[in-house]
Amino acid sequence: MSNLFNSMIEWIDKRFPLTSNWKAHLSEYYAPKNFNFWYFFGSLALLVLVNQLLTGIFLTMNYKPDASQAFASVEYVMRDVEYGWLIRYMHSTGASMFFVVVYLHMFRGMMYGSYRKPRELLWIVGMAIFFVLMSLAFTGYILPWGQMSYWGAQVIVSMFGAIPVIGDTLQQWLLGDFTLSDAALNRFFAYHVVTLPLVLLVLVFVHILALHETGSNNPDGIEIKENKNPHTGIPVDGIPFHPYYTVKDIVGVVVFLIVFCGIIFFAPEMGGYFLEYNNFIPANTLQTPDHIAPVWYFTPYYSMLRAVTINFLGIDAKLWGVILMAGSVVIFCFLPWLDRSPVKSIRYKGPYFKTALALFVVSFFVLGWLGTKSPTPLYTLLAQIFTVIYFAFFILMPWYSKIDKTKPEPKRLKE
Amino acid sequence: MADSFSINDEMSGRRKFLVAATSVAGSIAGAAIATPFLLSMMPSERAKAAGAPVEVDISKLEPGMLLMVEWRGRVVWVLNRTPEMLESLVKVEEQLADPNSEKNQQPEYARNRTRSIKPEILVTEGVCTHLGCSPVFRKEIAPADLGPDWQGGFFCPCHGSKFDLAGRVYKNVPAPTNMVVPPHTYLSDNRLLIGSESEGSA
Amino acid sequence: MKKITIAILILLCLIPFNIFAAESGMALERAPVDITDNASLKRGAESFVNYCLTCHGASYMRYNRHRDIGYTNEEILEKLVFTGQKVGDLMESAMRKKEAEEWFGVVPPDLSVIARARGADWLYTYLKAFYRDETTATGWNNLVFDRAAMPHVLYQLQGEQKLVLKKTDKEEQKNLSLEKEGKLSAAEYDKFVGDLVNYLVYLGEPHANARKKLGIEVMIFLLGMLLLSYALKKEYWKDIH
Repeated sequence: MSNLFNSMIEWIDKRFPLTSNWKAHLSEYYAPKNFNFWYFFGSLALLVLVNQLLTGIFLTMNYKPDASQAFASVEYVMRDVEYGWLIRYMHSTGASMFFVVVYLHMFRGMMYGSYRKPRELLWIVGMAIFFVLMSLAFTGYILPWGQMSYWGAQVIVSMFGAIPVIGDTLQQWLLGDFTLSDAALNRFFAYHVVTLPLVLLVLVFVHILALHETGSNNPDGIEIKENKNPHTGIPVDGIPFHPYYTVKDIVGVVVFLIVFCGIIFFAPEMGGYFLEYNNFIPANTLQTPDHIAPVWYFTPYYSMLRAVTINFLGIDAKLWGVILMAGSVVIFCFLPWLDRSPVKSIRYKGPYFKTALALFVVSFFVLGWLGTKSPTPLYTLLAQIFTVIYFAFFILMPWYSKIDKTKPEPKRLKE
Repeated sequence: MADSFSINDEMSGRRKFLVAATSVAGSIAGAAIATPFLLSMMPSERAKAAGAPVEVDISKLEPGMLLMVEWRGRVVWVLNRTPEMLESLVKVEEQLADPNSEKNQQPEYARNRTRSIKPEILVTEGVCTHLGCSPVFRKEIAPADLGPDWQGGFFCPCHGSKFDLAGRVYKNVPAPTNMVVPPHTYLSDNRLLIGSESEGSA
Repeated sequence: MKKITIAILILLCLIPFNIFAAESGMALERAPVDITDNASLKRGAESFVNYCLTCHGASYMRYNRHRDIGYTNEEILEKLVFTGQKVGDLMESAMRKKEAEEWFGVVPPDLSVIARARGADWLYTYLKAFYRDETTATGWNNLVFDRAAMPHVLYQLQGEQKLVLKKTDKEEQKNLSLEKEGKLSAAEYDKFVGDLVNYLVYLGEPHANARKKLGIEVMIFLLGMLLLSYALKKEYWKDIH
């Protein structure tokens, strides 16, 4: 049995680099031995990606991208297709959990300086993945063609109208109509199920290749490759990804699945956060719901979009809102060059950075919470204050990260 | 997880057991996840509702007339056979592949010479058992194209299969078996239910 | 770093749940929802086809789905299907959309998922909050849905209510008082509406009971899987520490 297996592997290896890839990416890919809780989210993101692709394929078998049939076809999946409800909830819960996992994954990078040299490109590819993910979430949310699908999309698409000169034409080009209609639904469906998933898969592949080129960062933020065993050439603080991190990630996967299935089976609407109540009303092009809010993962940016209420520098408030909203996401790409600290990890960074990061997290949550609320003068003021804090975290970073009192990095990993 | 790739060639008994147990549990999980996905591809409630039994009123079906009914997206023929047509069933029997309907292509109650409940009323799916085309009803006797022995029957234009007026297949044609008689029953003298043998499931 | 983690967890707890629940001026009454109570669901289903289905559809729901709540096909045909439809058909409204629009100004909404959009408490309060108002087209108004296009279909059961305004120092309180007795007592009417709303909740997600049942099985399996995978991880990581 074992002999047959080995000769089969040998046969394949002469024709395809199976063993060498297995070694390079798993059994002889050396990862730092001190990965903690925060290092589960990369592999979990991969798991959710597989979940989305698989459930997505089965949903397309029954969904109809047609303004007059879309809403009914979703309910058809929920009621008439055997286990359709399960597949649909796996997909809708997966969308939100994708963002949970990716936000935690990004925060890990910010804590331990995973964006710093030599991982700048890895970070930027990761940000590109995040942009594609946002587009996927947006185009996917339109598909059920409920009230929130319709009016949420209306708001986002109208942002393009804010762009000077070409705005109106661009908007019509995007929609394929003078207003949001069947034409847009049909093309957003195409983006959601073909274009964007393809781009996402390529980017994820590139992200993993780039990671395995530089090697993983770790909670101490020091390079394990700088301390290799002179005889074997293996980093002394590294352990093979397989089997050690594969068995560890299995535990992470099971814990994640407990949370994931808990939501799917016991709270699929998640109190209106994952499936909004108003989206159970079919799209009505003549009547906006009393209160519209994007799904939770977009609310921080949505808050910033409506935080600007005055025109200045010759640009009107609407355009400023759009600029801030886009800027709030794009600015992450510049982190590798904004951070001037001599150390990478928050473990050795000083009080300024720790305070700044904590304030950033607070502002992210407050903006997210405000984004679910109807604007009042007080809420708008709060949104403005926290928008400033959000951007200050990035813009002031070159200054505070440089003058911060850091602790010396160790030569070897702790523990 | 092939042993040959692991850096620890010597696996302890406990380790071997845990790897095996986790693999088994993982396989069970995989099978359990696959199940709803595969089941979701079965006919949905809508398809089942559309495929529900069909009730047909045959009071106006004159002898010699063929009525086409749709059931589960397929055509079902209801043919009211004249006494001459019924006689032809005996004449052609020598040329048939399965004159006694031995192959399971009909419910028990239609396993007779006329392949029907009432002798004159034939109920059969109008689908050729070769590759699914719908044969043509050719009731004229001995037409030029079908030869002098033709006593009336069904002729499949796709690949030339021939069936008699009870849907029984001729010898030496591509179709292997007689045409399928769907489950059916008479709710009253003139009310025919196709697709079910009892009223309740309508 | 630990501090940040803790701070995040605290913040997450502070976020109020149910943020998108209908924000209405009037306090909503709690609906007695129990979708495992088949007797209540059956009463609700029979009221639904009698009183609601004339104008509203539930056009994503099939009649034969009601086997979920303990009916047989024969019972469904006898008790729920009136219009000569088949047992596998969708619960379409008997009224044509165009006519409905002429009569009410709007097409009565489909009720298949109304409980998921509005919430059970809103529906329960709404069905109890109709009152006489001669200024509206239908002669009825509603405390939780001002100038609702729907007339009070159940007034023969509930009776007629009148709006009573009570002014206190700060605010104006709106109350309803029963002017004309209906066929049902107040408690009976509450139960009637409660059953109906319970049915609407079931109607919004007919698979909900099956979902929770399957969920428990999945959870038990995953907990077992957790023990196993944790033991496996411990076993391998002995090499490292």
